[in-house]
Amino acid sequence: MFIENNLVMESLIDVLKILAIILPLLIFIAYLTYFERKVIGFMQLRKGPNVVGPFGLFQPFADGIKLLTKETIVPSNSNKFLFILSPIITFTLALIAWAVIPIDNDIVLSNINVGIMYIVAVSSLSVYGIIMAGWASNSRYAFLGSLRSAAQMISYEVSIGLIIINILITVGSLNLSEIVLAQKNVWYFLPHFPMFIVFFISTLAETNRAPFDLPEAEAELVAGYNVEYSSLSFGLFFLGEYGNMILMSSMTTILFLGGWLPPVDNEIFNLIPGFVWFFLKVSFLLFLFLWIRATLPRFRYDQLMRLGWKVFLPLSLFWVIITSSYVYFNNGNF
Amino acid sequence: MTNIEEYIPILIFLLMAIIMSVGAIFMSFVFGEKEPYFEKSSTYECGFEPFSDTRGKFDVQFYLVAILFIIFDLEIIFMFPWAVALIELEPLGFWSMMFFLFVLTIGFIYEWKKGALEWN
Repeated sequence: MFIENNLVMESLIDVLKILAIILPLLIFIAYLTYFERKVIGFMQLRKGPNVVGPFGLFQPFADGIKLLTKETIVPSNSNKFLFILSPIITFTLALIAWAVIPIDNDIVLSNINVGIMYIVAVSSLSVYGIIMAGWASNSRYAFLGSLRSAAQMISYEVSIGLIIINILITVGSLNLSEIVLAQKNVWYFLPHFPMFIVFFISTLAETNRAPFDLPEAEAELVAGYNVEYSSLSFGLFFLGEYGNMILMSSMTTILFLGGWLPPVDNEIFNLIPGFVWFFLKVSFLLFLFLWIRATLPRFRYDQLMRLGWKVFLPLSLFWVIITSSYVYFNNGNF
Repeated sequence: MTNIEEYIPILIFLLMAIIMSVGAIFMSFVFGEKEPYFEKSSTYECGFEPFSDTRGKFDVQFYLVAILFIIFDLEIIFMFPWAVALIELEPLGFWSMMFFLFVLTIGFIYEWKKGALEWN
């Protein structure tokens, strides 16, 4: 009886912890959409949203309520079950990856040993949501968009995987907290600088962001795989996509920018709690995402595949050989 | 050592995430309008009837990319344990992976020359 109570208590604490992850994350996603419109607005000398609330600050909530009250249209010749299931899968996968992300020393839901494997597994699965959406919609645009999106995501996943191997060789652990702590002396974006750039560009492609937003190419494919979706089923795709942006930025932060560690190990910087540093680094990377979207034109599809397979893959493979040889012949001194 | 208890929070997280997303879809059915009619629920095709079924032929190139992806992803999964244990390995362990990568590179060059990576 006592043991059972203990288990229930622990589960309740877990539920509270999970809420403490999900709710700030959802607010972060909501305000990411707001900042995207605001930042791109200012870059194009517009004002961006400024009507709902002071400086348009309540705009994300207004958008959410609007989406909620719209009709959920299920096309008559679609596979209805898969059609409803795919946004659920996309959003669920975008959330659960956060179970292992350490935002500060010991602030992590579950510090599993194979953290990075878990992240790779979850982010590989997210391609299913998109494929299923395109297939179930039974619409030309959605189908083409999902094919493109899936091919793009798996192409860039290969180089992301190889870059992760580089970091694993230098750290010697799959645990995300240990990867961060190993960067106490030098953040890995310095020794692995080319890989940092490749990884950042690959995350842009992996999240289907500009300049790699071909699946959503408005002029030719209308909106890509989610063209048939409306209401909150569209909203879940949207939230999932922005959640993935934040997730991939956190991965870049953990692997290359020292996670929650301050830039210099001195007393003033150590006063600021670690999760603030983490948040600042992630926000900076997200700002780069928006900046790139406002600046660069869209890639052509053959250029995109060429970049992934003929430039990034050989480069990261080459870098794996260099890193492993260096580490091996220096007896693990990096 | 693997601790199975560490995975219980992840399981609870998974359940909560599923409940949240199913709940969101359910809410949109409850609060949203419900006025379906034939044109609204037909396939979106810029205003005209779709010419043919969507699920016909598509470019074989997508299939090729998927196969290449499987090969390279398997190789990456294969390298994970090697990368973690690298500094404790005997020279044989190090050089056999180098040989494996060499073979893989030859295959990759072959694909490249065959034009499996060309898109037009």
